[in-house]
Amino acid sequence: MDEPLNLVLFSGTDDKLQAAAVLTAGAAALGKPVNVFLQYWALDAFRADRIEADHGLAPEAGVAGRLAVDALRAAGQASWADTFRQAKELGGVDIEACSLSMDLLHLEPTDLDPLVDGVEGVTAFYLNAGEGQVVFI
Amino acid sequence: MAVIEVSQHVDARGLSCPMPIVKTAQAVKTAASGELIEVLATDAGSVKDFAAWSRTTGHELVEQSADGGVYRFVIRRK
Repeated sequence: MDEPLNLVLFSGTDDKLQAAAVLTAGAAALGKPVNVFLQYWALDAFRADRIEADHGLAPEAGVAGRLAVDALRAAGQASWADTFRQAKELGGVDIEACSLSMDLLHLEPTDLDPLVDGVEGVTAFYLNAGEGQVVFI
Repeated sequence: MAVIEVSQHVDARGLSCPMPIVKTAQAVKTAASGELIEVLATDAGSVKDFAAWSRTTGHELVEQSADGGVYRFVIRRK
């Protein structure tokens, strides 16, 4: 339980980000450290000016999926960003932006929401990952 | 039924996974060792979640019950 959970987030849709946030919060609640590595469209979703915007859903959601997701949010479920914030409150959660993706998207660290703790490359990510699992979302 | 003194109440009714556990973990952070925390939840998955969480973290699940779709858990902060 002491090995970190390491999540590489690539997809930037609200459903996948919520799934990632739930996995993060669950691990944090168990005292398990979590390292999140934001790449591509997941990184784009963490832009300060876009984080609360609608990032859509994966195509497999379809119309029924959209209704189901909206219903859960209407019932008071926290946004994925808020779920990540609650997870961070528990401690042990580190969220880093992939420096390659920062270049791809022409982003500066100041463009990102405060949820993002810093920018790092894949080597630092692997060092921090230790013997823990690496999960790609 | 013995009367127990609960130090904190966590109302997680209406919250979906993982919030009942997350809220409980947040409450544990502010609780002193030995204090009791009572949690109410409506999420059906919380029964297994609290058992697993208690086993993993070592905070004892002292009591649990269900009444009309509301689950009640009492945790002792280790």
